[in-house]
Amino acid sequence: MQLIKDQKIVEDTWQHISEITADTDSPTVDVPRANIIVPFAYWLENKESLLNRDGMLGVCIDGDVDIQEVVKDIEHFDLIALDFPAFADGRSYSHARLLRDRYNFEGELRAVGDILRDQLFFMQRCGINSFQLREDKDMQDALNAFTELSVKYQTAADGAEPIYKYR
Amino acid sequence: MYQYDNYDQKIVDDRVEQFRDQTRRYLAGELSEAEFLPLRLMNGLYIQTHAPMLRVDVPYGLLSSRQLRMHAHIARKYDKNYAHISTRQNIQYNWPKLETVPDILADLASVQMHAIQSSGNCIRNITSDQFAGIAEDEIEDPRPYCEILRQWSTFHPEFAYLPRKFKFAVSGATHDRAAVKVHDIGLYLVRNDAGEVGFKVLVGGGLGRTPVIGKVIREFLEKKHMLSYMEAILRVYNQFGRRDNKYKARIKILVNATGIEKFTEMVEEEWSYIKDSALLLDQKEIDRVCAQFAAPEYDENAGADTSFVEHQASSPAFAAWVGRNVVSHKIDGYRAIVVSLKAPTIAPGDVTDVQMDHLADLIDKYSFGEIVTTHDQNFIMPHVKQADLFSLWEGLVAQGLATPNIGLLTDMICCPGLDFCALANAGSIPIAQQINEKFNDMDYLHDIGDIKIKMSGCMNACGHHHVGHIGILGVDKKGVEFYQLTLGGSAENDAVLGDRLGPAIEKEKVADTIAQILDVYVEHRKEEESFLQTYRRLGIEPYKQRVYPEKYLEKKVAASAAY
Repeated sequence: MQLIKDQKIVEDTWQHISEITADTDSPTVDVPRANIIVPFAYWLENKESLLNRDGMLGVCIDGDVDIQEVVKDIEHFDLIALDFPAFADGRSYSHARLLRDRYNFEGELRAVGDILRDQLFFMQRCGINSFQLREDKDMQDALNAFTELSVKYQTAADGAEPIYKYR
Repeated sequence: MYQYDNYDQKIVDDRVEQFRDQTRRYLAGELSEAEFLPLRLMNGLYIQTHAPMLRVDVPYGLLSSRQLRMHAHIARKYDKNYAHISTRQNIQYNWPKLETVPDILADLASVQMHAIQSSGNCIRNITSDQFAGIAEDEIEDPRPYCEILRQWSTFHPEFAYLPRKFKFAVSGATHDRAAVKVHDIGLYLVRNDAGEVGFKVLVGGGLGRTPVIGKVIREFLEKKHMLSYMEAILRVYNQFGRRDNKYKARIKILVNATGIEKFTEMVEEEWSYIKDSALLLDQKEIDRVCAQFAAPEYDENAGADTSFVEHQASSPAFAAWVGRNVVSHKIDGYRAIVVSLKAPTIAPGDVTDVQMDHLADLIDKYSFGEIVTTHDQNFIMPHVKQADLFSLWEGLVAQGLATPNIGLLTDMICCPGLDFCALANAGSIPIAQQINEKFNDMDYLHDIGDIKIKMSGCMNACGHHHVGHIGILGVDKKGVEFYQLTLGGSAENDAVLGDRLGPAIEKEKVADTIAQILDVYVEHRKEEESFLQTYRRLGIEPYKQRVYPEKYLEKKVAASAAY
């Protein structure tokens, strides 16, 4: 699987462990060394076993998750995936900014779910640095989205100064 | 007025190319209808009953003659030779072809205009007082702050996919002419006890299905914190506003659900983290933008003119126009004039390409090349010497733009309604026609005096019917158009929602019913009392009795039978 990371098309080195229910075995048994992304609820239930495995750990959150709960454990996460259940659901833009600006999260922030090429520019400015596009989308063309607008009026998580500072 | 620098220009130019590519991908089938929808909406493009509708932003309503000529050109080249002024001071086109929209945007960009965020679930065009910069009751010109907000909100990455649309209005005067209290965020420039000018901040106002008057979230906000405080409000809203139901997604619903105290707490907490960040606004930038709104070079001797008074004495028609359409100005010898787009035979707020070209010539000659669109769907020429008023009036008469009806019954607010809008349940324009036909006696209209009729073709309330002195809402009853009336609304400092008069009435009876309502006013008014004042004194009962006498008869019969 490929995805866009830091404005390049790269191979994905992470596995999504999304089909977890309470009665299945822990995924840590199946993929002991892989880098895995688990639902945040799963993290809350299985902290110990997840911390005792090799491989990097990511959690997936959607807009319903209380970001303050995520922040409590933030030092354990190498990646946070922000799930956009529908492209019109913009809550994760604010979550991304809070994670970057306020809680100084330096790992990978990944957008997953229903994300559109024409949203990448905004997402990137909020601090999201990797993007798992739908399979029917042209990734090469999507790279253009980052540079279509060359001037940014306002500050954001990308560290841009408000444009008026240059005037 | 504000002039784009290279950065501002680059943003609108980039946007044109971006939208051109989006349109190309849509037409090539690479983007689905659903995926293209938010993209085109963020550029003011709706798909309507007959054709797309393009809404062009007019920031705080201000246009130069060059921009107005471009609108005339667009109306001629891409539309059916007219444009429409909206209640949020924007200009709308009802007949452009989708394929031509990128070209229209390129034409607009060539005169520092755009359609960015004129629609969609994002921060919309920022509206203001139509008399900004010239009003005698002004504390400070609000337009520089509107412009700073415009720039901050343009492509704001965090707030491009809000739960719902988001509207700002800013007023710098003591008299609210910007309907500040019915906006998602309303800002009043105010002076505090220390004599400093800052903002009083209101949040959670709005019309639509659930009309709400905005509530004060902060009594005084220093100017340097304007952007950080707005960002804090928007961030709270973006996270916690409802997204499950579009009719409950505006910030007013969130504010009502949490309560203003709790909501204020949430915003203040968020703000405490960001108030001294890069959002802190430089005084230098405020000064730079303010300088662009410097007053034109007025003629100091303009007040010496005597011809203005003489012309009024010799021409009753001119005097009638002066009586209604000419407004005082803070500079002696100058006036602001209202160009009526409410001639009896046109749809309220429509203006033709020929009229726009003509107006552009007139403002170059008489108003320092500036014109302002108004919330009431007219134009203002902001700086006219009194000595020029008579010639200007003659020029306006020649184009049917001098109807002396500003503030009168026929100066109605009217949405496009069923004739154009895909959302509408009922027609608005035909009702405006009916009202114009019924009330065609100018003496009667002058006798009735100041009254605001506001009309919407559906409960989205683009015509602001809730805050009309008489509000008219079109509803659909099993495929038949009916009209629900409200009385006593106001969008000014004393903002209040109108009271429902009774069951919706048939289409043919709207104007007759208004006549009945006016009869009650005329019978009960005390000297100099306006329609609204009389209504407030009497309450709704006498109006109900007049319009629905049969109900009262039934009640009486029932009461006497019981007795």
